[in-house]
Amino acid sequence: MSPEIIVAAVALGGIITYAVLAGADFGGGIWDLFASGPRRNQQRAAIEQAMGPVWEANHVWLIFVIVLLFTAFPVGFAALGVGLFIPFNLALLGIILRGASFVFRAYSPHRSQSVAPSPMARRWGVIFGVASAMTPLLLGMSLGAVSAGGLRIVGGQVVISGIPPWLTPLALMTGMLALALCTYLAATYLANETTGRLREDFRGRALLAGTAMAGLSLMLLPLLALGAPHLWQGLLRPQALPAVLLGVAAALVSGWALLRRRYRLARISAIIQVVCLLAGWGLAQYPYLIYPDLTLSAAAGSEATLRFVLFSLPLGLVLLLPSLWLLFKVFKGNGLSASKQ
Amino acid sequence: MLMVYEAGPCAVKAMDPAGSEGGVFRIMNTLTAARAQMEVSLAFHMVFAALGIGLPLLMLLAEGMWLRTKKQHYRDLARKWSKAAALTFAIGAVSGTALSFEFGLLWPRFMAFAGDIIGPAFALEGYAFFIEAIFVGLYLYGWDRLSPRVHWLTGIPVALGGLLSGILVVAANAWMQTPTGFTLVNGKPANISPFAPFQSPAWIQMALHSSLSCYIATGFAVAGVYALGLLRGRRDAYHRSALTLALVVASVATFVMPLSGDLSARSVAQEQPAKLAAMEALFNTTKGAPLLIGGLPDPATGTVRFGVELPHFLSFLATHDFNATITGLNAFPVDQRPDVVLSHITFQIMVGSAFALIGLALWFWWARWRRWGKPNTWLLRALLIGSPLGFVALEAGWMVTEVGRQPWIIYHIMRTADGVTPATGVPLTFFGFSVLYATLGLALAYLLRRLATGAPQPASMPAEPTREQEGQQEKPQKQEKREVQHVA
Repeated sequence: MSPEIIVAAVALGGIITYAVLAGADFGGGIWDLFASGPRRNQQRAAIEQAMGPVWEANHVWLIFVIVLLFTAFPVGFAALGVGLFIPFNLALLGIILRGASFVFRAYSPHRSQSVAPSPMARRWGVIFGVASAMTPLLLGMSLGAVSAGGLRIVGGQVVISGIPPWLTPLALMTGMLALALCTYLAATYLANETTGRLREDFRGRALLAGTAMAGLSLMLLPLLALGAPHLWQGLLRPQALPAVLLGVAAALVSGWALLRRRYRLARISAIIQVVCLLAGWGLAQYPYLIYPDLTLSAAAGSEATLRFVLFSLPLGLVLLLPSLWLLFKVFKGNGLSASKQ
Repeated sequence: MLMVYEAGPCAVKAMDPAGSEGGVFRIMNTLTAARAQMEVSLAFHMVFAALGIGLPLLMLLAEGMWLRTKKQHYRDLARKWSKAAALTFAIGAVSGTALSFEFGLLWPRFMAFAGDIIGPAFALEGYAFFIEAIFVGLYLYGWDRLSPRVHWLTGIPVALGGLLSGILVVAANAWMQTPTGFTLVNGKPANISPFAPFQSPAWIQMALHSSLSCYIATGFAVAGVYALGLLRGRRDAYHRSALTLALVVASVATFVMPLSGDLSARSVAQEQPAKLAAMEALFNTTKGAPLLIGGLPDPATGTVRFGVELPHFLSFLATHDFNATITGLNAFPVDQRPDVVLSHITFQIMVGSAFALIGLALWFWWARWRRWGKPNTWLLRALLIGSPLGFVALEAGWMVTEVGRQPWIIYHIMRTADGVTPATGVPLTFFGFSVLYATLGLALAYLLRRLATGAPQPASMPAEPTREQEGQQEKPQKQEKREVQHVA
């Protein structure tokens, strides 16, 4: 297998990890925005507690993917920077505002003797919630745009005719699906990390988000079949079909597990579902970086650099994986027992 | 050029003769806006990058002193600094992400050309930053979950990760200053060495110079906060130890800085003579060139007003030979000269700030050796006034580096104008991100001001709040309130 394909697989792995980990942080922000009912402050506290120690590390997966993209596929990175100028700028705005408002809210003056947030904390909280919705929506739309076929590269120039590729129905649906996915993951994780009524709150939200995800997936099917036949056929290819079927099965299992209040099963099957969804997309998108004009091989940079990236990967992972394990063990390992107190 | 990226409508415009002039105007605008946006983004990020390198070392020292001496005020200091770090790390992480996006959004043609050459530096930097971010989570949120010793140990990867990622990312910039490790074939890079950024002759001295400046900037800025506290009469162990720790870090770095400056000066003289000429406002090639101190260069007449000249000293500093010939700006075509006014003034600001800080550090240690314990109001005032100078020097020095490289984005290989995006709308994003950063900067300054409220009072110190309590912000918040009243 040529090195650029392996690097692309690593980058897809990065996207999947980002979705599974940081996606839940964005979802947490969205649930923060829609915190409601008598326990709305407790909901927000649980979200803040779940995100606090890990969101920065989770965020780095995005940087990992961007660096891989411009190191291994410089021409593709350049084309994306031009063709997706507006959604990338908006996603960036969301990223900056989400991170900043999360810490600013945590350090805003609080009212004494009360769990209720001060006006300043509430304002940062709204920005936090809106930015948390904006970022996955736009990143999802961008992902849809590179598959939809509207982003053309002719003679080394990015050419956009008609609707901008990130505003096509397929891209919009992908963005919505990304949003639903984030909220689903977040609510499922939070149901694992809370107890009692708070846990029921998040269970209800997970069921809601899961239903939205199922609905959006069903609506996406005709769009794929009609608007992006290459992607549709790609998903039905023998390489991608097992991932798709496993994803559908995992989705059903996680929904059933939520109904039966089997939270650990719901969490692991929700993760499998997301992994399969994105892996299936990657396999269907192969061999293109930007469909239909730029393949991975055409976009690839120098082979020496690709090999450098691949050889440095195990060294990096030897440092990263134990560190990540420690981080999640310390803060997520006994999340259940901590919140029981 | 490997590929010229053009958005659709622009491509049409370029083919239309009537629209071509507008097209040129648009590109000019885009270039200015893109450079301005990059300047704003980097200048903003740099503050947090420097704090991200400097603060962890201070936290490690303070917590280490607590572990050794068991004196509570050291732990209070480490906790206070870790709260400040929680704010600045987050802003550093997101503003750094902005830069990685902006490579593609503002300079796609540069990235198409050089992405796989500078990429290895960022790939390794990515791991260093990843380690830093993971251990930041463990350190900042792990105060009550980890044993004191393990907690202290988790600070080490934070400090090293920050330093290492700074050193690695500078390799990419060094390559832009002194490109190497590839050959040009028909205008395209070929035979690329994946170690190109690390082979760049400017890397080692640039990395040393910028790392030292991060410790200097953080150290003096922190010292200023506690100098103010001491001036307001809070002469407790908390404030005195904070001042000493901050100045230990700042002074060590400050005293090594002249050596690093000498390395950098000779490197620039050798590798980028046009930059040196602009920094020194040396209009004509001169044997035994004088060192210009101050002065306002006038590029139109090729003269300098109001400057003081030290004969032969530029030749000596640049080559260690008093009679060496130094290339002046006249050796370069007009369209290949950097902005001499900006280069010279920012260079003077950097050097002036550096010498002021060397003086401050010497004063502090002399005063401490002479009569520590007695209040020295003038010294504290000087430390307060001098506290931003480390950041001033850092920003000015970076301006020297970048302005002095112009008009090139890759020195003598690619012009900045040839790297900029064809996308329209950069003036708008420049404006938008400037407003955003200004707002975030103000909000952060307000929150940091609230944090800097003096030592926790022993009476009000709660038993270590558990994570759950901290999550609800109950106890720490009460404590903050008291601290605020304490200041008032």
